[in-house]
Amino acid sequence: MKTLVLIPAFNEAARVGRVVAGVRAAVPDVTILVVDDGSSDETADIARAAGVRVVRLPFNLGAGVAAQTGYKLAIRESFDCVVQLDADGQHEPADIPLLLNVIAWGEADVAIGSRFLGGGAYRPGGLRRAGMELFRWLAWLLTGVRFSDVTSGFRAFSGDVVRFVATEWYPTDYADADVLITLRRAGFRLREVPVRMYPRAGGRSMHGGLRPIYYVFKMLLSVGLAPLRREPAVRKGA
Amino acid sequence: MPELTLHQTVFALVTSLLALFFVLELVRRRRLREEYSWLWLLTAGAMVVLAVWYRLLVAITHVVGAVTPLNTLLLCAVLFLFTIAVHYSVIISRLTTQVKNLAQELALLSAQMEERRD
Repeated sequence: MKTLVLIPAFNEAARVGRVVAGVRAAVPDVTILVVDDGSSDETADIARAAGVRVVRLPFNLGAGVAAQTGYKLAIRESFDCVVQLDADGQHEPADIPLLLNVIAWGEADVAIGSRFLGGGAYRPGGLRRAGMELFRWLAWLLTGVRFSDVTSGFRAFSGDVVRFVATEWYPTDYADADVLITLRRAGFRLREVPVRMYPRAGGRSMHGGLRPIYYVFKMLLSVGLAPLRREPAVRKGA
Repeated sequence: MPELTLHQTVFALVTSLLALFFVLELVRRRRLREEYSWLWLLTAGAMVVLAVWYRLLVAITHVVGAVTPLNTLLLCAVLFLFTIAVHYSVIISRLTTQVKNLAQELALLSAQMEERRD
């Protein structure tokens, strides 16, 4: 199975090196790609120095666009599987094989790393927790699947799914619960896998300032519209 | 309802003709693309028609149940501004998608070129 490990990164010069090293140690024989989302620091140089492939977007376009750039590369070079993890060290690279196995054995088309199924140290509190519960509940309502973690960016896609998420409907800003719902509705099999996640080790979170409010608004809108949208042309098995 | 005086009609007609020619002039000088001009031309055209055909405005006022023709005009103005703002949002969304795709393509191609050079 030709596998691509995709690491979207925005201003993660201080952390991306360690993540890359962790991925190498966990899965030595895969291609590693860092998509630099127009960082203003040395993220791209550090990744290049670490010997991984780097695609650098000319300006900051958001996490969804950076990830999708990686999917597009994966299609062009006919990778059969893409594993995606954050560049900030929140996701444990040693757990990558757990996600890969699900795809390799054909148990599912999408493997989602869940921080709540396993023994990870990360337990968000307060409002963030409430938000996650809300979208968990909505995803269950719309798909009938009880996800434990609908905001996980630690996931693996099969080739079919990669072709699907490289199309135009893929959200450009935040891509969580709405993506799971759309994938489920397109007929893909989703499977959660317990993984370890950690709190951020410094740096700026994607969810600072007023952005959580926009996040909830965007997610409610796209989750609510997901069942009403015409399904994209590329589907499972197409 | 009272008819417009000649004075009022002339003023309304001149104003709306100026608006119409202003938009046409922008298109002629290629400062405004044809595809984005139609909503403005439609509006300017409607202004000209209503200026010379006041009874039409009165009739519309009866149809929508407004109290005075002025209310009808105000309603039309708000609807027009709403339409054009949404129209622009649609265009901006399309441009955003195009810019996104171009940026991705550029990033992939330049990475490919760098890898070939090395």
